[in-house]
Amino acid sequence: MSLSLSSSLSLPLPLSNQITTTPTMGMKFLVKKARGARVGALEIALLGNNNNNNIININTPNIVISTCKGLPHFISLDLLSSIPSSILQVSNLHFTSEGVSTNTISKLGGLHQMLGLNNKYVIVSVPRDSIQSIPQFKAATKFAPSFDTPSGRLLVKPKEYVEMISCMKPNIWAALADEVPAWVSHKRNKTSVDRTLKWLDDCLALNPETGSIFGAIVGGSNLEERRRCAEEVAKRNVSGYWIGGFGLGECMDERPTLLSAIMDVLPDDKPRMICGLGLPEEILQGIAAGIDLFDTTYIYTLTLGGFALTFPLDKNGNQQNFQPSQIESDSTKINLRATAYRNDTSPILEDCSCYTCKNHTKAYINHLLNVHEMLAQTLLEIHNTHHYLMFFQVIRDAIQDGRFEKFRQTFLESRRVPFEGEAISA
Amino acid sequence: INPMALRFEVLARFNRARAARLTLPHFVCETPLFMPVGTQGTIKGLTNSQLEDIGCQIILGNTYHLALRPTSELLEEAGGLHKFMNWPRAMLTDSGGFQMVVSLLHLADITEKGVTFQSPVDGKPMLLTPEESIQIQNRIGADIIMALDDVVKTTITGPRIEEAMYRTLRWIDRCIEAHGRPHDQNLFGIVQGGLDPVLRDICVKGLVDRNLPGYAIGGLAGGEDKDSFWRVVAQCTGSLPEDKPRYVMGVGYPLDVVVCSALGADMYDCVYPTRTARFGTALVPEGVLKLKQRAMADDTRPIDSTCSCMVCKNYSRAYIHILVTKDAMGSQLLSYHNLYYMMQLSKDLHSSIVEGRFPKFVCDFLSKMFPEGDVPEWVCNAMEVAGIDISSCCAFPERVSNAKEVAEVAGIDISSCCAFPDRVRNAKEVAGIDISSDCTLSSSCRKHGSDIMSDEYHKLKLEMERLRNIEDALRK
Ligand SMILES: [Zn+2]
Ligand SMILES: [Zn+2]
Repeated sequence: MSLSLSSSLSLPLPLSNQITTTPTMGMKFLVKKARGARVGALEIALLGNNNNNNIININTPNIVISTCKGLPHFISLDLLSSIPSSILQVSNLHFTSEGVSTNTISKLGGLHQMLGLNNKYVIVSVPRDSIQSIPQFKAATKFAPSFDTPSGRLLVKPKEYVEMISCMKPNIWAALADEVPAWVSHKRNKTSVDRTLKWLDDCLALNPETGSIFGAIVGGSNLEERRRCAEEVAKRNVSGYWIGGFGLGECMDERPTLLSAIMDVLPDDKPRMICGLGLPEEILQGIAAGIDLFDTTYIYTLTLGGFALTFPLDKNGNQQNFQPSQIESDSTKINLRATAYRNDTSPILEDCSCYTCKNHTKAYINHLLNVHEMLAQTLLEIHNTHHYLMFFQVIRDAIQDGRFEKFRQTFLESRRVPFEGEAISA
Repeated sequence: INPMALRFEVLARFNRARAARLTLPHFVCETPLFMPVGTQGTIKGLTNSQLEDIGCQIILGNTYHLALRPTSELLEEAGGLHKFMNWPRAMLTDSGGFQMVVSLLHLADITEKGVTFQSPVDGKPMLLTPEESIQIQNRIGADIIMALDDVVKTTITGPRIEEAMYRTLRWIDRCIEAHGRPHDQNLFGIVQGGLDPVLRDICVKGLVDRNLPGYAIGGLAGGEDKDSFWRVVAQCTGSLPEDKPRYVMGVGYPLDVVVCSALGADMYDCVYPTRTARFGTALVPEGVLKLKQRAMADDTRPIDSTCSCMVCKNYSRAYIHILVTKDAMGSQLLSYHNLYYMMQLSKDLHSSIVEGRFPKFVCDFLSKMFPEGDVPEWVCNAMEVAGIDISSCCAFPERVSNAKEVAEVAGIDISSCCAFPDRVRNAKEVAGIDISSDCTLSSSCRKHGSDIMSDEYHKLKLEMERLRNIEDALRK
């Protein structure tokens, strides 16, 4: 696929000291700052029918919206516009495990057409997610990673994977990774890096004429392996990086060292996406290290559990305004199943501009949860996604103004104070 | 004279069929219309904005369920169900008796006082009187509320039918007496009487004497044969006042809606479109499309190429096949399409009557559904009574002429109708799906749903555990 990108970039951020431009396979990435927390803009050209091309700009850092089979878990296509984001994570294994041939997807014109996305969304294809397509390191072989899916265990060889990608035509796709949890032996960890690099080479050799490939970086909790993997991947002709193997049992304190070992060897001019970090603190940790995109199921998990995000979106990161008096709430969220909300006729957040808060009360969502009606999850997912996207906006503003480190400190410290010793309901 | 909170203006007719404008406190509706069932203050995962996009004019709430959760007191406190769920258009609530009697029959006992049933909360006996049903509905605040009637299954025969009909008439006076908000809520009476034309006639007359804002034809769609079904509808619509809306309860198959509209009915409700969606079935002009079938996996066509709903405009059958039954989203999208289909059908009925092309619409509808011309005999019979010539789409014109003899006596001359149920034993083709049991059904579906979800809940628990550990660590 060769594209001519429009030369005039309409970036919402003034990138005066931008340092790099990487036009690869219809994707450009502009970053303002190289080290640590950075703001950037990912520009993707979408090829539509009848020259109906569209350029999508994603401001980074940002989240990639998690989906089930291409739709946010409880939000249908017509409601998607209520979420101010244009980048979706899609697991390609969701489709192949349901008896639909890749040939059919190809016949439909790829995932964009199949999902009716009408040229308005960027699709990031990652084989794994944390819900329906879970990597199983024990079942992986030297030929293929293994995933547990609702239709059973799937081994996906690079050749099959690339074929899949060619049919599905995502805009960005992650290479295959042999992800291992933090506690495996050094030997197994080393094998995982070797395999991941081999599979990346296989994918590159097959040279699918579609989308931008992100090289997978693994290495578990081993600093040397993480660095080795990053160095090797950085040598390859990839458009960006997909960092896996986090959120798999490592302790939060060891992450900054691991992350900076990776970032140190990665070129600054290519986007970095990470999987497995989801909590606000984890997001801040990743951003501090220089992550641009987050692939997380945190919002889905909260939503399914009946939680609504309510932490303050203070421009300085101050969390002390949060009302801890609310029953069954903690410092970031409230549990709408709690009887306290039974006749609470206020919206989740008074000043939230999402569809849910504009139209519905806590009492109604509490009722929907009580009677097991799916609309509860639909409304919660809309609010939670909206809230998290706003969180990222506040963070980008802070980075832009050079206040990120202060923001992060304030956020962490002001959250800690009022909640010491309090139990978290989950 | 009873106060009324509605205006009903017939805009056009074709023989018995009519297209009307029904002005309710919250919305101006066009009839014929289909009302989706939103048992618990929501319609299967669809947002209010989606329901409006679909063209939904009235939604139905189930008093029994709402009285249990979130309770009518809470709804009243919130300013009524309209405000509670932020639904701007019209709403109808049933009496609550139906769920207890038909769905939980083994638990219910009906006396002159009311319906005694076992509380699903603590198992204690509870009594729902006509007064109480109306008071609850007054608190919920729907545009149309239903009288508590003595419901018996249509398949029951004997003196119980007669008892139930007379009791329904006695109870309507208690309902009228108890109705506290006649200026903003319309109380509809329900015609009972089983399949007995004489009893139906007595009930119609009795209710019409009470001069209610509207009338419902109850006790149908409960497994009776189709010929008995349409005859009761025809008889009742034939004798109910012209200037009041007529609501056939529990009817929701597209074919039934078309037949009843031809016979002069105006309103319908049924869980069928959303229930069948949960099992992976789409309503299409040809009948139904089962999206779970293996063949759908490689079918790149939309569900219905003539449908312009959000689902058909964007998705292939292959994609819906991937979603159905495994993901909640599958039933949500199919519910969307199915309700759109019913709304479109209502709209088409209305406009074809207004534009004077109703017979053509009926013929087109039937020829799509029965391309071989094998229109069921009961439909032919009903159309004869409705005065609609369907010979062009019916492959067996002799059936129609046979039906003529039947038709001469149908509907009006009730005495001769009595012999019919014995003579006609034809309608087996549309399987008797027990729509009435929407209560047992929703609980079984919940079970069904939880099977799918249990795995996810397990994972959720683990994930929550993980997050909690991190959060604990953070706070230390
Ligand atoms: Zn909100
Ligand atoms: Zn459709």
